[in-house]
Amino acid sequence: MARVSAGVTTSHVPAIGAAIDTGKTGTDYWAPVFAGYEFSKAWIRDAKPDVILLVYNDHASAFGLDMVPTFAIGCADAFDPADEGWGPRPVPTVQGHPDLAWHIMQSVIQDDFDLTVVNEMDVDHGLTVPLSLMFGQPDEWPCRVIPFAVNVVLYPPPSGQRCFNLGKALRRAIDSFDADLNVQIWGTGGMSHQLQGPRAGLINQEFDNDFLDRLVTVPAELAMMPRVDYAREAGSEGIELVMWLIMRGALNDKVRELHRFYHVPGSNTAIGHLILENR
Amino acid sequence: MALHKPYIDIPGTTIFDADMARRGYHLNQFCMSLMKAENRERFKANERDFLDEWRMTEEQKQAVLDRDYNRMIGLGGNIYFLAKLFSTDGQSFEQAAASMTGLSREEYRQMMLSGGRTPEGNRYKGETK
Repeated sequence: MARVSAGVTTSHVPAIGAAIDTGKTGTDYWAPVFAGYEFSKAWIRDAKPDVILLVYNDHASAFGLDMVPTFAIGCADAFDPADEGWGPRPVPTVQGHPDLAWHIMQSVIQDDFDLTVVNEMDVDHGLTVPLSLMFGQPDEWPCRVIPFAVNVVLYPPPSGQRCFNLGKALRRAIDSFDADLNVQIWGTGGMSHQLQGPRAGLINQEFDNDFLDRLVTVPAELAMMPRVDYAREAGSEGIELVMWLIMRGALNDKVRELHRFYHVPGSNTAIGHLILENR
Repeated sequence: MALHKPYIDIPGTTIFDADMARRGYHLNQFCMSLMKAENRERFKANERDFLDEWRMTEEQKQAVLDRDYNRMIGLGGNIYFLAKLFSTDGQSFEQAAASMTGLSREEYRQMMLSGGRTPEGNRYKGETK
């Protein structure tokens, strides 16, 4: 059967992608960010996932305001990098895993989470920057990726509680897939950041580090935090952190924290990163 | 009954909720159109003509022409849609964010390098540090 072996969380700041794509990872500004992922690149070379269920948010790339699905699963064979206004990132096309994606869709909807099925979709920096951080610049991504898009752009996004419960449903779906697959689940976005208005640039290191601690040790309690607390404490775009709870819900109650990294700033954002292994 | 908005007392912040999304629909969809290279070229060639193809209010069009991002957000624009506009101008999220704070790009960058804007005094309207 398929098994969920590990979870990864990471911020997905677009400027990180630009730094990689333009060869600026060694500058004084960016070198400390990429140093935080050296462990992770070595770890994932050995961990060798077959499939990554990658939870991210689309940033008005595949979904405008004409359609806004709260939860959408990419069931296609492949997904191209999106043109977000400066041309597509020069990264490989993402190869999906339709068999598992359709299985998850069928399982999770019967488990009361109404997913939107997406068969044609370009994927933006929310999905490709985490892949670049973990895998560098390969000619092809080394594993299959199922994009799982969460609306955190149009208020209200799903609550932390709903995201945590969805993670548990995703876990049940993966556990019941009849193939020997090593599956990782990633939760991306965050940590504290605000990109708009006179309060832009808000960073809350105390909130972020507390979130990292509690995500590992008491996620069920963390999941109860109301939406407005994310916006007030972690900035209007800090609400992306609810996606980390989807990842956490899909892991065991007890996990082993293999790696943690936190750095300010990456452009406007606090960069946070965890690798958690199921115990 | 009006929608409950527990977030309206957060200072310097516009939450992109149902009311804002309705107000900004055409402004945001105009921004989406800039994901296509040919639309970017047409917009750059004559911004006014391109904007006139969209059912935006005159106020929204003027805010775009002025690149007044706070104004665009006040008129229903969302930052991830507006990103298509500042990307078309060759600007980064950092530059666009700085323009909304009243700081110069360099001052904003220095603030971020020093740990960012503190939440202290910035959680509630009328709160002082």
